[in-house]
Amino acid sequence: MTMFPPRDRTWHPPALHMPYKSSRLRSPTHAPIQFPTTPAEEAGPTFGHGILGALDADLITNFAKPGEMALGPRLIVHGTLRDETGRGVPDALIEVWQANAGGRYRHKKEGYLAPLDPNFGGCGRMITDAEGRYRFTTIQPGAYPWPNGPNDWRPAHIHFSVFGHSFAQRLITQMYFEGDPLIPLCPIVGSIPSAEAVTALTATLDIEATKPMDSLAYRFDITLRGPNQTHFENQPEGM
Amino acid sequence: MRLKESPSQTAGPYVHIGCTPRATGLAFADHDLGSSLITGSVDGTQITITGSVIDGAGDPLLDAMVEIWQADGDGQFGKSKGFTGWGRTAGDMDTGAFTFETVKPGPVALADGRLQAPHVTFWIVARGINLGLQTRMYFADEETANASDPLLCALPDPSRAATMLGHPTGDNTYRFDIRLQGEGETVFLDI
Ligand SMILES: [Fe+2]
Repeated sequence: MTMFPPRDRTWHPPALHMPYKSSRLRSPTHAPIQFPTTPAEEAGPTFGHGILGALDADLITNFAKPGEMALGPRLIVHGTLRDETGRGVPDALIEVWQANAGGRYRHKKEGYLAPLDPNFGGCGRMITDAEGRYRFTTIQPGAYPWPNGPNDWRPAHIHFSVFGHSFAQRLITQMYFEGDPLIPLCPIVGSIPSAEAVTALTATLDIEATKPMDSLAYRFDITLRGPNQTHFENQPEGM
Repeated sequence: MRLKESPSQTAGPYVHIGCTPRATGLAFADHDLGSSLITGSVDGTQITITGSVIDGAGDPLLDAMVEIWQADGDGQFGKSKGFTGWGRTAGDMDTGAFTFETVKPGPVALADGRLQAPHVTFWIVARGINLGLQTRMYFADEETANASDPLLCALPDPSRAATMLGHPTGDNTYRFDIRLQGEGETVFLDI
């Protein structure tokens, strides 16, 4: 079994961030209780590659009628899932969801006036390869307004739900796009304490990975909690 | 050099699109992952856990997603063929009530040999929750095991242990309400 050091709670958003109104009644007032990880946190559910359908990682077509495609700028999103020690996390399930190109989600409770795209569902999933890499194709999600302050807009983003190999590594976060002028205005992004941490959630244009005459590419690496490193493991090879 | 964990962001109100798509009417895959913990024949006592996630105004969340993770009846994680140990649900989007059909977990030993009382890990994400909230449900009818559980015994305020108890309501059903804030606020764990 592998022990995990506690999360750095000064790096993550605090439970209460007043400008994000929904956090006001949903934030515990007590600090969470620290306890060393136990078998429950040091193991986790496993998902075989067998759960995946052929189009699960292609949001452009996985909800589209035969022969049709979702509207919007075509994107490849890819990166490496690793832990805090830098090791790739293979065979890990990543689930993504997002708004369509107009900023509209396909959800019963969503009422933004931008139209649904009949060919876009907004849900995808993949499992990392032996090196921890993942890749999916989608369309550029639109920014959208949301009820918080009188005039709040979410920067374009993709939601990520990530499993590692241990429940201690469970994480949900969001990916933003390099250069989006809405990033510094967003109260949800603003819950993140440091600019450095915001940068960690900002995907960068990866011109090398674009598909000419087809799709732009963005790179987004994700880091999960990692085990304690022993002194032995820190010794460089051969020394 | 050690990397930093990717910072968390709220799951938002539409987490169900990505995590329980079928529950929100999206035809994706043939079932929602985590919709059944019991996938075959399984040893142990089958139980139902039900409850709500309640905000600081006393209202149930209608847009949360709740996951559980637990040992099997023998206290082992991920070792039983007919039992995944992991479940998740969007809950009832009109009432907020969640329900899990599972088995009662066995006691789990720590690395130092101390025995933990039977417990189920809960993880709650939703709009307004910036970092997933983790807690445990212990069983109110396991008084002896709970009294020596290393985590319950380590709580700075022992009176708050009661917020981590699921209460039997008959028919092998346990009620576990999670209070995010204020009176009776559930103990959350940094673990
Ligand atoms: Fe969103």
